[in-house]
Amino acid sequence: MKSFSGKALFLDRPDINTDEIIPAKYLTEISRDALAPYLLEDLKLDGFDPATDIAGKRVIITRANFGCGSSREHAPWALAANGINLVVGECFARIFRQNMFNCGMMAVELPADTIARLFSTFADLETTVQTDVDAGTITFSAEGESKIIPFTLSGFDADLVTAGGWVEYADANF
Amino acid sequence: MGKTIAQKIFDDHRVGTPDTDVHVIRLDAVFCHEITTPPAIVDLQQRCKDRVFDPARIKVVIDHVSPAKDSKTALQGMILREWARRHGIVDFFDIGTNGVCHALFPEKGFVRPGYTVIMGDSHTCTHGAFGAFAAGVGTTDLEVGILKGVCAFRTPETIRINITGTLPDGVFAKDVILSVIGRIGVNGATNKVIEFAGLVVDAMDMEARMTLCNMAIEAGGTCGICAPDRITVDYLWPFIKDKYESPDEALAAFSKYLPDSDASYDQTIDHNVSNLTPMVTFGYKPDNVKPVSEMAGTPVDQVYIGSCTNARISDLRIAARVLAGKRISDTVRAILSPATPKVYNQALEEGLIKTFMDAGFCVTNPTCGACLGMSNGVLANGEVCAATTNRNFNGRMGKGGMVHLVSPATAAATAIAGTIANSPLYTE
Ligand code: SF4
Repeated sequence: MKSFSGKALFLDRPDINTDEIIPAKYLTEISRDALAPYLLEDLKLDGFDPATDIAGKRVIITRANFGCGSSREHAPWALAANGINLVVGECFARIFRQNMFNCGMMAVELPADTIARLFSTFADLETTVQTDVDAGTITFSAEGESKIIPFTLSGFDADLVTAGGWVEYADANF
Repeated sequence: MGKTIAQKIFDDHRVGTPDTDVHVIRLDAVFCHEITTPPAIVDLQQRCKDRVFDPARIKVVIDHVSPAKDSKTALQGMILREWARRHGIVDFFDIGTNGVCHALFPEKGFVRPGYTVIMGDSHTCTHGAFGAFAAGVGTTDLEVGILKGVCAFRTPETIRINITGTLPDGVFAKDVILSVIGRIGVNGATNKVIEFAGLVVDAMDMEARMTLCNMAIEAGGTCGICAPDRITVDYLWPFIKDKYESPDEALAAFSKYLPDSDASYDQTIDHNVSNLTPMVTFGYKPDNVKPVSEMAGTPVDQVYIGSCTNARISDLRIAARVLAGKRISDTVRAILSPATPKVYNQALEEGLIKTFMDAGFCVTNPTCGACLGMSNGVLANGEVCAATTNRNFNGRMGKGGMVHLVSPATAAATAIAGTIANSPLYTE
């Protein structure tokens, strides 16, 4: 299973599309690692600088409809190439969400008010995320503040995460 | 309750249901091209799983940029070539035998009624014309298809579209599908299968049915499907004649995949085409469609006849009929990319290539080329192209370029006029 814990990156905007996550001009790259330097290169978000804000981050917390637009699986790959295997948001575009779980990564949906509280409490702090997939909890902590948030996955999604993705799951089960 | 074609195919191929609404189905064919397959190959190698489920059921082509135009596209071809050799994949089509995947593979008889097919390409829906379930997928799904010969799908809900009435002269399958997309919208069939039925579809040849199913994805559809019939059997007969005693016997076997009369559809739409006119797209979404007559006179810089939608022999014959004895306008450049070597050869034999060249067309080798704006006719910023392709997204054929999707007849007439124009095959 992949790691879903580490430092948090807050992206305070809905509808972040896959062109912003990884621009089309990099689709001729064959190696997934080659995508690493270009993650979120074209993200339109005030105050965000990919050159300085991504390094060391392991979890993204965002608003609604993350991953909309083109179906490119390069979006989760670019995240994974940067060590980011978990995105937490209100909801996700369907194909992006499936691509994440197919890669053994997680796109966890939380209610809008929970997301809002996470933003107001933690967005401006150095926040660390600790995820326990078996217990179904994500713990956010920063400077004495700590919140345990429960989440649920469907049976199939959980199986994909445990197996490390659809390739491993299918190879073991079919 | 009866079943749709896709439901029957799923019932035949299901190997697991890991969750409610998740069906893992066995695949009869996995198609591969050089853009989306190399990342899957490299990933399988990194996982120490460089295997294929069945080399005979994997069909491979280099088609998107062929011959390679730069080092990166050359590397994509190289990875695919070496992988096919390593695994003994016999059906591998390289320069000289290659053509646009969704035109080439049907021509080789690789798709049969009742088949399940995936490819890392959104227009895989084309192959549904043969009564198959064929869907475009992402790289991980393709990877699992290559490795295990299975793929997971949600329950295939189906929209039935009955094409009724009589298709007027000079109005073609391309005009029909553009009008359908215009009617139901780019999200009209998202996550659904479209079953194309009705007397107009029954009368269409396989090439027209492929044009119809090709653009199911432009309405968001997972797959377009036509019920297998005598026309399907006759097309496939050279490939199946050892398996069945007679075409009648084949037809009887394939009738297993006809939809039940009480099949449960998500939606049924009757689409009457008796008054349909030639259609053209006008914006950056394929559901922005209007009659060609309303766009007539709009200048274009380039005309492109090619792609998996409309570059088969019947398309070339129609365009050549319009072009015969004429010259294209001085203000236009025109490109023909026959979809496959067989189409190219046949067009040569029938004298069609001469007609195109005498008219002033440039004829390229079979490749996707300009359709996806990678080679052989990329547009400059601000240029306009009338194309027989399937996508008019902003920048699809080149950054800042505008694409108007049309039928081959309209494309040929537009090349002559230099502006968007109805062909003389159509009389108002
Ligand atoms: S011709 Fe165009 S739409 Fe068809 S497979 Fe090639 S790039 Fe895709």
